[in-house]
Amino acid sequence: MRQMNIKALNKTTKSNIVTYGIVILAYLIMEILMRAGVVSSLLQGLLVPLCTYVILAVSLNLTVGISGELSLGHAGFMCVGAFSSAFFSKCMQEVIPVSGIRFFLAILIGAAFAALFGVVVGIPVLRLRGDYLAIVTLAFGEIIKNVVNVIFLGKDSRGFHISMKDAFSMGLEPEGEVIINGPQGITGTPNDSNFLVGIILILITLFIVINLVNSRTGRAIMAIRDNRIAAESVGIHITKYKLLAFTISASLAGVAGVLYAHNLSTLAAQSKNFGYNMSIMILVFVVLGGIGNIRGSIIAAVVLTLLPELLRSLNDYRMLMYAIVLIATMIFTSSPGGQAFRERYSLKRLIGQRKETKEAE
Amino acid sequence: MKKALSLLLVCAMTFSLAACGSKESGTTTPAEDNSQTEADAQPEGDAQPEGETEAPAASDGAVFKIGGIGPTTGGAAVYGIAVQRGAQIAVDEINAAGGINGVQIEFNFQDDEHDPEKSVNAYNTLKDWGMQVLVGTVTSNPCIAVVEKTHEDNMFQLTPSGTAVKCVQYDNAFRMCFSDPNQGLESAKYIGENGLATKVAVIYDNSDPYSQGIYDAFRAEAANQNIEIVAETSFNSDNKTDFSTAVQSAKSAGAELLYMPFYYTEASLVLAECSKQSYKPVFFGVDGMDGILSVENFDVTLAEDLMYMAPFVANSDDEQVKSFVTKYQESFNEIPNQFAADAYDCVYVVKAAMEEAGVTADMDASAICDAMVGAMTAISYDGITGKQISWEANGEPNKAPLVVQIKNGETIGL
Repeated sequence: MRQMNIKALNKTTKSNIVTYGIVILAYLIMEILMRAGVVSSLLQGLLVPLCTYVILAVSLNLTVGISGELSLGHAGFMCVGAFSSAFFSKCMQEVIPVSGIRFFLAILIGAAFAALFGVVVGIPVLRLRGDYLAIVTLAFGEIIKNVVNVIFLGKDSRGFHISMKDAFSMGLEPEGEVIINGPQGITGTPNDSNFLVGIILILITLFIVINLVNSRTGRAIMAIRDNRIAAESVGIHITKYKLLAFTISASLAGVAGVLYAHNLSTLAAQSKNFGYNMSIMILVFVVLGGIGNIRGSIIAAVVLTLLPELLRSLNDYRMLMYAIVLIATMIFTSSPGGQAFRERYSLKRLIGQRKETKEAE
Repeated sequence: MKKALSLLLVCAMTFSLAACGSKESGTTTPAEDNSQTEADAQPEGDAQPEGETEAPAASDGAVFKIGGIGPTTGGAAVYGIAVQRGAQIAVDEINAAGGINGVQIEFNFQDDEHDPEKSVNAYNTLKDWGMQVLVGTVTSNPCIAVVEKTHEDNMFQLTPSGTAVKCVQYDNAFRMCFSDPNQGLESAKYIGENGLATKVAVIYDNSDPYSQGIYDAFRAEAANQNIEIVAETSFNSDNKTDFSTAVQSAKSAGAELLYMPFYYTEASLVLAECSKQSYKPVFFGVDGMDGILSVENFDVTLAEDLMYMAPFVANSDDEQVKSFVTKYQESFNEIPNQFAADAYDCVYVVKAAMEEAGVTADMDASAICDAMVGAMTAISYDGITGKQISWEANGEPNKAPLVVQIKNGETIGL
């Protein structure tokens, strides 16, 4: 019995080490290739967005895969993280000239604000289950986006001014600066994101999520997912654990938002980047990578973000190809036929067969 | 059965991925597949079978590579496609006439889906292709993101239609169109100086930086022009089909003029609503109004007497405009809008600046940029969106604002 436990533990540890290893290896290979100067500008420009999407996918996997709640408002938390941190960086640009420290603080602020919103949204929302939860989180994501779109915030010698109407009605002094300009968002955020920070944040995200999953708390969360009544009957505090998972997931999405906001010099809440389109895209990463499978989320996020860019030479047809690839992957990974096919021609089995035949000889 | 289907689809996927690495899409350029070369450097993308890393394309020095960025898919596609087509006509004309200083132009237009992040990707793709000058981007927010990158790389950028102030905040960037504040200012001046009205109602789109930017400047100038804004109503991109309350409030406030700083699709609805409520103020729009006469199922008599600021009038008698419109109609079977016209002019301005600066095709983008930035402020250009256009060092064009009015279903210059 004891031996079995150790064996099981070793297996998860091994698997986790592989996950960390993939990320670190990816970083090292990219870094070497960049030093060698063989990486195209396109790919170099994509590195930080890739990190952003990986973090988003892993964090959503915590809600969808581990906690078993279908959330469609993940982009809303990303939006909160992005705007709060971009606002901070913009204000502190002169006060803290060292970009490293400023960015570190921005990350903490983005994570904290997103977590706060996670709690605020989570308390009423997590009472719902299934489709209802999905609909309400979808609505919350849209509400966050639309609220951000009507915020005007300016700064002058008298302090901060806020308006929900337009920049004019803030009554700024002539030398005052409009920081959040409603639908035009925040422009001129310092470009503090880089690949190294992105990778470190991915590793931290992985560390948090993997350790949570393999802890007592994680087992409680999964117990709630698998059978709510049984979990309740053994004394697991349902609301507490659900809220915990939801908040951590939101906070990590906020971190991804910080990375996003400090990669581009313009930040506006459009349906493209913070609307439900984005939420669903993150969900697609999670579903295609395998619900509950952290490593799968990473790979799916990377492949699906790269795909439209790599298909650029097909011009407008690339969207079509993207859809076909999605469908093909779905069939291959999830349909009964696809699973049977994989079973028959899986690499492990083929190797196993060869061994067997060898042994027979 | 399912097995066979999935196998087929997987084959299709593998084939498509492999094809994208090597095959040419056959648009306008012979050497654009460079952008895919290092795709396989991504270690986690092991699902992609595409392979061989190609050597960077040797620049044969025989062409100028001009890149373009704009949305050709998604909600703003109509603007991006117009720019792509307008620029393509100019490029074809210049190439047919012997190119720039005898050197041909290659033009490569990349889609950005009106998304800043995708726009930067498109820019990087073009950089890998070997772009020397950028004509773009089409929309404002992506433009602000891209100008940051062109500034870093010292790449010459001329945007046909990026109207936000920050689009040209750096020395290397210029624009062809009026900026948002400029339009708001000019329209307030025009209304004030011509005594069109003193009581003005405004409807604007507060989710669109273009509309908001124009209105902010209009309001600031209105006070100087003795214009009183008696009603203002905003709408947003999620809620732009019902204008009954907006028109009602303008009517009850007794406004003599309705200022409409937004695009023609919504304007056609506003005009229809006004007619329904039998409200007949003076209608005044901005350059986004261009195209209102071609809205499907729109009664053009409703737009009678509508005035708007327009840099380009498609049925003008000007020879250059006539030739452009004819060519555009022959090729694409539609009347060009102002975006197409701006893009057409952009390519010619790039030509003029290149000739003035005396750049050669073997210079790198940074050297070309340095030379062209100096030349931009020296040239004076006659085009289809204005005559004797010159540029300030801050990137803004000096051109006369043109106000047009619709009479008997035709636009005429005032």
